[in-house]
Order: sequence, then C-alpha cells, then structure tokens
Amino acid sequence: MFYRLSGVHHANYVSDSRIFKVPADRNLTAFIFLIGLAAPFIIPSLYLNSYMLPWLIWTAAALGLNLVTGWAGQLHLGYAAVMAVGAYSSIHAARFGVPWEFALIIGGLTSSVIGSLFAFAALRVKGLYLALTTLAMQFVMDWVLTHSPAISGGSHASLQSPTLALLGQEITTDTGFYYVAFGWCVLVTIFMLNLKRTGLGRALVAVREKDFAAAILGVNSFYYKILAFATSSFIAGVSGALLVATFFFLAAPEQFSVAVSIQVLAMVIVGGLGSIIGSYFGVALILLVPGIVNGLVVTLSDGLGMQIDVETLAHIPNAVYGALIVIILLIEPLGLGKLYGNIRDYLMVWPFDQFKK
Amino acid sequence: MDWVFLSELAINGALTGLLYSLFAIGLVLIYKASSVPNLAQGGLTMVGAYVVLALARDVGLPLWLAIPLAAVVMLGLGFGIERVALRRLAGRPVVMILMLTLGLDIFLRGTTLAIWGGTSRSMELGVSYDPLFLGDIFISRIHLVGAGVALALFVAFMLFFRTRTGIKLRAIADDYMASWSVGIAVERGVGLSWALASVVAVAAGVIWGEIQGVDQALSLLLLKGLTVAVLGGLDSILGAVIAGIILGVVENVGADFLDPLVGGGSRELIVAAVLILTVMIRPHGLFGRHDIERV
Repeated sequence: MFYRLSGVHHANYVSDSRIFKVPADRNLTAFIFLIGLAAPFIIPSLYLNSYMLPWLIWTAAALGLNLVTGWAGQLHLGYAAVMAVGAYSSIHAARFGVPWEFALIIGGLTSSVIGSLFAFAALRVKGLYLALTTLAMQFVMDWVLTHSPAISGGSHASLQSPTLALLGQEITTDTGFYYVAFGWCVLVTIFMLNLKRTGLGRALVAVREKDFAAAILGVNSFYYKILAFATSSFIAGVSGALLVATFFFLAAPEQFSVAVSIQVLAMVIVGGLGSIIGSYFGVALILLVPGIVNGLVVTLSDGLGMQIDVETLAHIPNAVYGALIVIILLIEPLGLGKLYGNIRDYLMVWPFDQFKK
Repeated sequence: MDWVFLSELAINGALTGLLYSLFAIGLVLIYKASSVPNLAQGGLTMVGAYVVLALARDVGLPLWLAIPLAAVVMLGLGFGIERVALRRLAGRPVVMILMLTLGLDIFLRGTTLAIWGGTSRSMELGVSYDPLFLGDIFISRIHLVGAGVALALFVAFMLFFRTRTGIKLRAIADDYMASWSVGIAVERGVGLSWALASVVAVAAGVIWGEIQGVDQALSLLLLKGLTVAVLGGLDSILGAVIAGIILGVVENVGADFLDPLVGGGSRELIVAAVLILTVMIRPHGLFGRHDIERV
C-alpha cells in the first residue's frame, strides 16, 4: 500500500544494480536527508548539539566498523583504539599548523596504517580468537596512549583541539558543527550504500561467507581483509578526529577506552550486521535510550515521591544499556535493521500478502 | 642478581596466577560445554562478591553461612542466564554470542552497582594480613588461601568430571550432536556448566574481594582471566591452572624488569602481549584441543 509495488522484480541488470530498488525507499531517504539539512532550523540547539551531532558522528564510526564486521565478517574489538589514532594524529597535525582538511586526511591515513596492523591478526585467526587479539591490541594502544605524554598531551593527559576550520571558514557555531557531522555521515553513508554494488563489496561478502571458497573463486582474501581493515580504519580515524573537534573539544585517552570499543560493536550488532539503516537505529538506541530511561526514572520517582539514591541513578543507564543489548539480541539476533526490514517487507505488498514464503 | 628477591617475586606471582586461574576456570567450564566464550564472567564474579556481602552485612549471616548461600543463589542465576539468554542464541554466529555475553556483563555490572552502590567495601574474611615468612621470602597469607581454594576447586572439578554428570558434560563438550542423539540432555548440561561457573565466580569474588575490595574493579579481571584461559587452551581446566601460574610468574617478574624501563604500569602490557603471542603462535593454547580453526 505504502510502497505501491507487487514485489521487487528485475528485468535487466541495470535495475538490479540500482541503489534503491524500491522508489519509496529513495523518496524516504531523500525526505530524511532534507530533514537532516533542515534540522538546525527545526530542532533546538541544545538537542542538536547534545543528541543529533554525536548520533551522526557515531553512526559514521559504526558504519566503518560495520564494513569490517558486517561486510568482511572480521570481529573487531579494538575499534576505539583506531579512532584514537585518528583523533590524536589529526589534532597534533592541526596544532602543528596543518589546515584541518589535510589534518583530517592525515588522521584517517595514520589510522589506516595502524588499523591494518589489526588485519595481520585477522590473517592468522578468526572468530573468537580474532576478537580476543583485537581486544588485547586495544589494551596495548590504551597503554601506549596513557603512558606517552608526547601523544596524550602532558601530565593531565588531555589535548586541546584547535578551532575547526574547513575551506577557510572557522567553524564555531552549533549549526556549523552539526553540518560538518552531517556532511561526514552522509559521505560515509553514500560510500556504504554503493559498496554493495561494487566488486570490492562483493569480494568482502565472499570473504565473509567462506574465505577459502572465496579464494577458490579467485578472490584474494588476505588482500581484501587488509583492504577492509584499512578502509574501516580510515573512516574510524576521521570520525574520531571529528568527534573531538566538534563534540569533546578535548582529547583524552578514556574517550577511546575498551568500553567504547565494546559500545561501537554493540551499536553495530544491535543495529544489524551489514545493515546501513540498522547502524543508524543501533547508534540511536545505544547512545540515546539509556539517558532517556534515566530521565524517565527520575521523573517517575519524583512523581511518586520516592527518593532514589544518587548512586543508583548513576548506574541505571549502564544497566539499561546492557539490558538493551541482551533484549535486542534475544528478540532479533539480526538486529534492528532486520526488524525494520520485516516491517517494510510486510507493508510492501500489504494488504495483498503475496510475499508468503 | 638477587635470587631471594627474584624467587619471592616468582612465588608471589605464582600465587596471584592461581587466583587468575580461579577466575579462568569459570570461563573454561562454559567454553568446554558449549563453546561459548563467557565474557560475562567478570560481571558474575562481581555479582558473586556482592551477594556474599549482602547476605553477610545486610542480612547479618556469618560468612561461613553466607558464602554457601551465595553459591546457591548464583547457581540459580547461572541456570537462569543459560535458560533465558544463551539457549535462544544457540547455534548463532560467535559474534552474536560474544555480544550477548558482553551485554550480560554490562547489565550485571550496572544492576549490581545500581542496587548496592559503587563504593568499595571490604570482605573481611578474617585472614591475617601479617606476612608469612618462608626463610627470607615473604608471602601474603590471603594469596596463599586463594591459591589453595583454586587448587581445591581444580581437584574437585577433576573428580566431578569422573562422575556420571561430569561424563555427560564431557560428552557434550566433545560432540554436541552426538550427545543429543544418545539422549543426553544437552541444554541441561550447558545450563549446569553456567551454574558451576557462577559458583566458581563466588569463590573468585570472595578471594579477590578480600584482596582488592569489593567494587567495580572486580570485573577488570576479565582480560587476565581470558589470557589465562586462552594460554591454557580454552577447554582445559588443567591448562587454566598451569597457565595461571605461568602468567602470574611472567607478569610479576617481567613487570619488575620492565617497570623501570617504561615508567611503571607494564603489567597490563605484559598480559596483553602474552594474549596476542598465544593467539598468534599457538591458538589452541598449551593443553587445548587442536581443532581450533586457523585461517
């Protein structure tokens, strides 16, 4: 009804390789894009800055992790460390006087190089053992960060980010920061949307499904694994740099700790492996819902006249965050993207339920 | 070279290592039965320690009663976790199971702290803090007690795996499908392994709670426990004990050499390096089964 289609059928390869196979999807995306553009004029600046902006940057970062975990099927528990590399190298570059455009690219490239080190672990082991190795590497990176004042910025271990300036414009307003984040997120999304139509994307999926079967088909799985790690690390690096430049304004090692790595992986998995729209949902859920629930608890306890311990309140978001991961995985292991897909497929032909399997 | 000092480091390292084993045994039990990497063991350990404290302080039971009662509570929790969460994800890719246990870990930690608060409390086991002198070497009593508990648990599990139930668990570990087809209740076996791991978590929680206080830091043992479990081979309890001793000694002696070079705090680095090297060189660990898949 909403999609005005009787199903998705292709008569030629051109239509099969379109980004949006259903016109309604394209329209919806365009609509959401327009809302994103207009957001600074619709949404109060407080919400824009404290909810929309981190949501968009984390989505870009989660999409990068989705590339390596969802597409190439390599577990990665050290993603925050790669983000830290990008953040620190681009801020150091910017402080050195390099224009921000190049500083961001330098951050991305440094992340790529360091991130590819993680790929060498992926060349030897996979699955659980890869997860453990990347976890250990995250600990090593954390240690290096906190123990080298030259990188982390002196005894207080914090590094002030210089004012962000792109294309000769100094960016200081909330709206400006928002548009930077929005632009980066859109760029990454377009890249990921196109990825599945390219040879690279198909090779990654082949490696994910069965690496030696891919090798028999002539897909060099080592090469593509390194490429996947390098690409995702580039995205991670720039996202990390932007996160510091537009949101934190101050880089500190704990912004990129193990807990953050786990958080990004949670966003990707709760959103759905290999699902782009899912990453948006997953980030929103993991980033925003614990805070909202806490707010609800506060209002509720005030309304009922109950006194809740400050310490209890401080830990409720964490409990909710953990519970969300567990609940979503139990309801739908393929994540929110799959749930969205189910609803969409149902509505696609509603009320003529011809899609019965 | 000061040999007395070095042997003191080594012995205390070995004792600390056995305490890591105490933690790692929980991981190994679950991995053995269901090939599930239990990253929630840190959370379970924390819950175990807090439940003991709640029974001892809030209810007012003596410790010798509180600990077995807590073990019973945790037994139920372990069965519950398997029934509610893990069973529904059986057979899913490892990434989802990994995430599920991570989520459980976060949930358990958050809930525990929300209920009992984050301020560090002491366990007050009543073990004297006076050092024990063995010639010129001095040894911490609580570490000795903990090491004893770890070894006792190891012996208990060795015996347990010879009983009828234990043999069933071994069969499940060996081949899921085959045990199913000969009529072993695989689900119940996996549930039992979670319950046993939760009981082990009580032991680890009590000992570690005595050493470093009962607080959030208990869940940070995860990296060390994982390293020990992997080094020993993820499905070998004997491996976990021996790897614990090895890691403890390497960490303690290595940190003494490395700390002056890098300005302190090299323990984490050594543990991470051991984990990376183990996975790179010998993924199945010292005593693990060799069927671990390599690329």
